Amino acid sequence: MTGEVPAYGSLRDRLASILIGGSAVLAVLLFFVVRGYAAQVAQEGQDSILSASVSSILDAAVLRDGAIELDFPYASLSMLSTASDDRVFYAIYEDGTLLSGYGDLGDTPAVAGDARTFASLDYDAATVRVATASRTLIGADRPRRVTVRVAQTQDALAETLNQISRNVAMFGLGFFALATVLAYWATSTTIGQLSRLTTSVTRRGPQDLSPFLKPVPREMVPLVGSLNTLMVRLEHSLKQSEDFIVEAAHRVRTPLATVRSYAEATFQRVQEPENRTALRAMMRAIDESSRAAGQLLDHAMVTFRAENLEREEITLDAMLRDLVERMTPIAEMRDVTLRLDSDGPAVLRGDAVLLQNAFRNLIDNALKYAPVDTAITVRIRATPQLSVDVIDEGRGFSPDEIDILATRFVRGHDAEGHIGSGLGLTIAKDVATAHDGTMVLSNTQKGGACVTLRF
Amino acid sequence: MRYIAVLSLAVIPLAAIAQDWEGRRVFGDADAPQSLRVLSSTDTSFFVPIIDSFLEGRADVSVEYLSTGTADLDEIFRENPDQYDVVISSAMDLQLKLTNDGYAQRLDGFAHPDWAQWRSSLFAFTTEPAAIVINTAAFDGLDIPATRQDLIEVLRENAPRFDGRVGTYDVRQSGLGYLFATQDARASESYWRLMEVIGSLNAQLYCCSGAMIDDLAAGRISVAYNVLGSYALARQDITEVLTVILPSDFPTTMMRSALVSNASSEPALAEAFVSHLIRLQSQGSPEDFPLPSLDAIQDTTGRAAISLEPALMTYLDTLKRQVFIREWENAIIQNQ
Repeated sequence: MTGEVPAYGSLRDRLASILIGGSAVLAVLLFFVVRGYAAQVAQEGQDSILSASVSSILDAAVLRDGAIELDFPYASLSMLSTASDDRVFYAIYEDGTLLSGYGDLGDTPAVAGDARTFASLDYDAATVRVATASRTLIGADRPRRVTVRVAQTQDALAETLNQISRNVAMFGLGFFALATVLAYWATSTTIGQLSRLTTSVTRRGPQDLSPFLKPVPREMVPLVGSLNTLMVRLEHSLKQSEDFIVEAAHRVRTPLATVRSYAEATFQRVQEPENRTALRAMMRAIDESSRAAGQLLDHAMVTFRAENLEREEITLDAMLRDLVERMTPIAEMRDVTLRLDSDGPAVLRGDAVLLQNAFRNLIDNALKYAPVDTAITVRIRATPQLSVDVIDEGRGFSPDEIDILATRFVRGHDAEGHIGSGLGLTIAKDVATAHDGTMVLSNTQKGGACVTLRF
Repeated sequence: MRYIAVLSLAVIPLAAIAQDWEGRRVFGDADAPQSLRVLSSTDTSFFVPIIDSFLEGRADVSVEYLSTGTADLDEIFRENPDQYDVVISSAMDLQLKLTNDGYAQRLDGFAHPDWAQWRSSLFAFTTEPAAIVINTAAFDGLDIPATRQDLIEVLRENAPRFDGRVGTYDVRQSGLGYLFATQDARASESYWRLMEVIGSLNAQLYCCSGAMIDDLAAGRISVAYNVLGSYALARQDITEVLTVILPSDFPTTMMRSALVSNASSEPALAEAFVSHLIRLQSQGSPEDFPLPSLDAIQDTTGRAAISLEPALMTYLDTLKRQVFIREWENAIIQNQ
């Protein structure tokens, strides 16, 4: 029942892409915000120098003999020197008329207006930042308004901004890389919880339907809760069907025994060959059904007892000797010799009923397939590992089936004509597993089948 | 508009030819397919070896070297920037203003120190101090002045001897003279006192260093103030007669600079010429490069030259210039 579950997207990918995408957006945002802020700060820096330059020129303005004289200091322009050798332009106006400097530097300033203004404009194929300020000189006849305008190209500013942009870009990339690593870490940690649950579900034995009790993250509680409920329901329905099988087998077996005895009695009485043949076939069918019902009961019993294994000290050789003795009459009926080969006392802690059941089924199986005048050997070895082999001298297992024979209700295709349900090997295997042992199917060198239980 | 454009195209070459040059000389084959027009304030003689070495290996190039005064040069070039490929001048302020006003082409890839260039467009290639040059004979029996203050004292004490025999630049005519004067005035008040004294001695005013040195050599004047020492030292014939004094109180050192016209018709050739100049000044022997290299002054006296910065434009301002010229005239022209 390991059907392919269709996958729809990936939680890990989705989580990772949201986190990484988010940090990419944040990094880009960071870049533009910091760059914008840097541009503003750099522009304010240039503005303040331009403003100082304008002030120093304005301060030098004096009225002499009714004319404006402007002996401005060397520092007025010297302070505008930059590493990128920015170009500098200036203009000096009196009441809106150009006195000196670059007349085409922006619009002729208005006569009124006190505010110190800054503007960016294109001048001679370059973008320049212009600072303008005015001052009123009180002359004898009338007041004169001196306006000074100083402009500077923005090469150094652009260079600074580029430098900052490069640094911020590196910073943003670093931030993004870090965020990506964090995103992967966070995603793995989160998904790790799911993987852990998956592992613990996968690791469970096929019979283990007990609820998960290990603490899980809060978000996973409903999932695990549903899983547990499902398990309970599954166990309940499994138990119901087992009960049903046991009940059915039990109810079938008793009437079958009655029918068998009647059939046998009738067989003794009738003389007609065809009637005898019919009755022999009938008895065979009854035997087969009876045996199947018996094995179903055994299997149900094995399943039940294996879940609640009671371990006690068992002397395996004694138990098998007893079993061989009890089964010898059946073997003799088939002209098969049953031998026990033991090298000494073999002690095992386990469930005597289960073990007896397993070995009876194995010997039963061997008897079924053993040709006339051959021997079946039950060999017990206490060292190096406690093991029991049941070996016959028949045709052995067919190599292409050897892996699936122990599965429930699977019978070898040479089983035609033999009574059986296909549960014998399954029972033996379940018992071995319940005792932390293994069952291995192999063929002997002479070709006979060998079933080995190792504990 | 079109007529005017056509008309001006026709007239400009005529105007260029009609220009009255101080010196004009064509190097190389005059009919060469490529010709470079160099507009310069430097006497032609200094550039003969430089241009000769430039033309080596350039058979198809001719160089027309046109020289005139710094102020004229600025005016001529501003009128027709497309007529000239390379502009060389000692007036750093005018050169810087030309560059600032966008007349110079940017030349990237020159390994030239930052302090000797501006915007990778204006390249300084000499350092030349302003000197006091005296006719040694005229100072017979007097102490040779070492500073401006010394000069003031000597002139004051021997007023009759030097009356009419002191020369200096006419700052109204000469761009370099104006640069020297403004930088002196910026550095020290003693400049104005010296001008007062020179003015009281009926100063002789000159357009250019060459003329001043000629008069000094001929004995027509005894002292010249703010002359290019390099010109005097270059005159082998009169080294005996003259003494060149670099004032020890404060230096005024000019850097000759070159730029390539933004409207040049031979930009690659012009760039090669500037590159040649820069290379020669650092590597050339005195025969190849007769002017003092950038390192010459720095090495011997540790004196810094006037720095190439926008502040050089300060004294070029109309209002500022008016004030300065008026003060200068008040000081120097007293008896005229």
